[in-house]
Amino acid sequence: MTKTLSPALEISGLIKDVGPLAALDGRMKRIVSNISLKAHFGAVTALLGANGAGKTTTIECAQGLQERTGGSISLLGHDPQHADAGLRARVGVMLQDGGLPPASRPLPLLRHVAGLYANPLGVDALVARLGIGDFSDTTIRRLSGGQKQRVALAASLLGNPEVLFLDEPSAGLDPQSRLMVFELIRELRDSGKAIVLTTHLLDDAQRLADYVYIVDRGESVAQGTVQELLEHSTSAQKHRVMTFEAAAGLDVSALLRPGLSCTETRPGSYSLAGELESADLGRFGSWCAQHHIMPTAVHLASQSLEDVFLAISNGGLSAEPDEPAESDLAAKTETMGIS
Amino acid sequence: MSTLFHQAPGGQAASLTSRIISQGKYEAATMLRNGEQLVLMVVMPLLGLVALVATPLLDGMGYSRVAIAAPGILALCALSTAFTGQGIATGFDRRYGVLRFLSTTPLGKGGLIAGKVLAVLVALSLQVVLISTVAAFMGWRPPLAGVLLGIPLLVLGAAAFTALGLLIAGTVRPEATLAITNLGWILFAAVGGIVLPAGKFSSTLEGIVQWLPSGALGNLMRAALIESRLDLWGLLVLLAWAAMASVAAVKWFKWN
Repeated sequence: MTKTLSPALEISGLIKDVGPLAALDGRMKRIVSNISLKAHFGAVTALLGANGAGKTTTIECAQGLQERTGGSISLLGHDPQHADAGLRARVGVMLQDGGLPPASRPLPLLRHVAGLYANPLGVDALVARLGIGDFSDTTIRRLSGGQKQRVALAASLLGNPEVLFLDEPSAGLDPQSRLMVFELIRELRDSGKAIVLTTHLLDDAQRLADYVYIVDRGESVAQGTVQELLEHSTSAQKHRVMTFEAAAGLDVSALLRPGLSCTETRPGSYSLAGELESADLGRFGSWCAQHHIMPTAVHLASQSLEDVFLAISNGGLSAEPDEPAESDLAAKTETMGIS
Repeated sequence: MSTLFHQAPGGQAASLTSRIISQGKYEAATMLRNGEQLVLMVVMPLLGLVALVATPLLDGMGYSRVAIAAPGILALCALSTAFTGQGIATGFDRRYGVLRFLSTTPLGKGGLIAGKVLAVLVALSLQVVLISTVAAFMGWRPPLAGVLLGIPLLVLGAAAFTALGLLIAGTVRPEATLAITNLGWILFAAVGGIVLPAGKFSSTLEGIVQWLPSGALGNLMRAALIESRLDLWGLLVLLAWAAMASVAAVKWFKWN
């Protein structure tokens, strides 16, 4: 990660109101209340949050597609709200809904978009790289979600941008396309581009992101590398879960000490959780030897990003509508951070 | 692993002219490939011309049937392409996020609108050539001065109707745009004074129609192509519509 250079994108204290809304008696609704982030060249920066957390609004303000209410944004040293063609040529955008005309065919569309740049990437090479060739002459409305997603990604890359915004890049992708897209994103990062993506999928963030901002109800509530988020989380550092499979109904009291708990989650399946230390593993081994227990499976895991996320966003990864519920906004009284 | 991105130079925009020409070509090709639009842009005006020349509807107005019919049909072409055609296309582009995506490319919002205007002018030119050729075979011989006057007036009409079409497309849902612009086309064409001089029906209707963009363009085109005369009132009304619709479209157009 190149952190010595000035960031490709810097957002400070972003505020975005929408409305006036009839549902709020003609008042404005604040959908982003305080988001700050930096995205560097040669790094994948992820905005992670539940649907409706304000991720798309944030990056659309950063792209200049939406006008912000407050705060400041610097994209490649410029205010995106006054972006000229020169700035737009240096920034690639893949919208959540793709933004592809349904009556067009991928190849002519990509050739047209390429024509808007002075020295675009080769359309044919990009089509081959993203596996678009098989359906390059099929009307876009007939394509699957994953196929459309790949065409939209190709369109965002044609100008060979320095900054790339990807709004939910793995949405609708089959596992194979997802691998292909992930590999491409890593390649783009390695070639020095700043990649800013939004995702509500923890797995995407964990696998792709060099730096993660957790966004909850219009605020950035935590940030760090995936590793930092895990390590700095209050209990994450030492918290481990050991699961093992053995005979049902065993007396596990010998494994316990203050701070550890063990439950038989279903007959023969045990979950030992807490700040496990190497001595605990030793005691587990001795306990097995003493009682002639041969587990059929043993699995040890540390806390995942999902645990961190759920702890921060208070159980937030539900399938909410795209807009945050009004009660969520009103109920938001404090910022939950990672200590 | 390919080196597609390592060797390539950084993003640079094509020149403004080539961006607009590229978008204009793309939009024009999309319009001309669309079957429904072709019916609206070519078949309906041709049928109108043939019907007006074949029936005695325009008899007794002092000029040959084709001399009165052809200018009105050319004005109808501007209405079809600029108002209904571009309005519907833009409404659906807005629905599908195409406008938003293109406005993030070097094309931008201004280039997008310029490209649409260019596409309308390209399509309208093709319509004018086709209609004029068919009308010429029917004996149409407009005066040269009238032709030179008529061309900029038709362009002005196209600008006014493009602005009106974009205003509707940018403010209501695409289904409503479809309904409004199609209904508008029928009303303007039937009783809006664009194809038939409104005085043909009643003086009350004529009084109303002269304030409409359709009536203004119809009267302007007939005055120019029949008498080589500039209808000043029509010009003022059409300029006012073009200005009002442009200001309103810039103010209220929603990109998503």
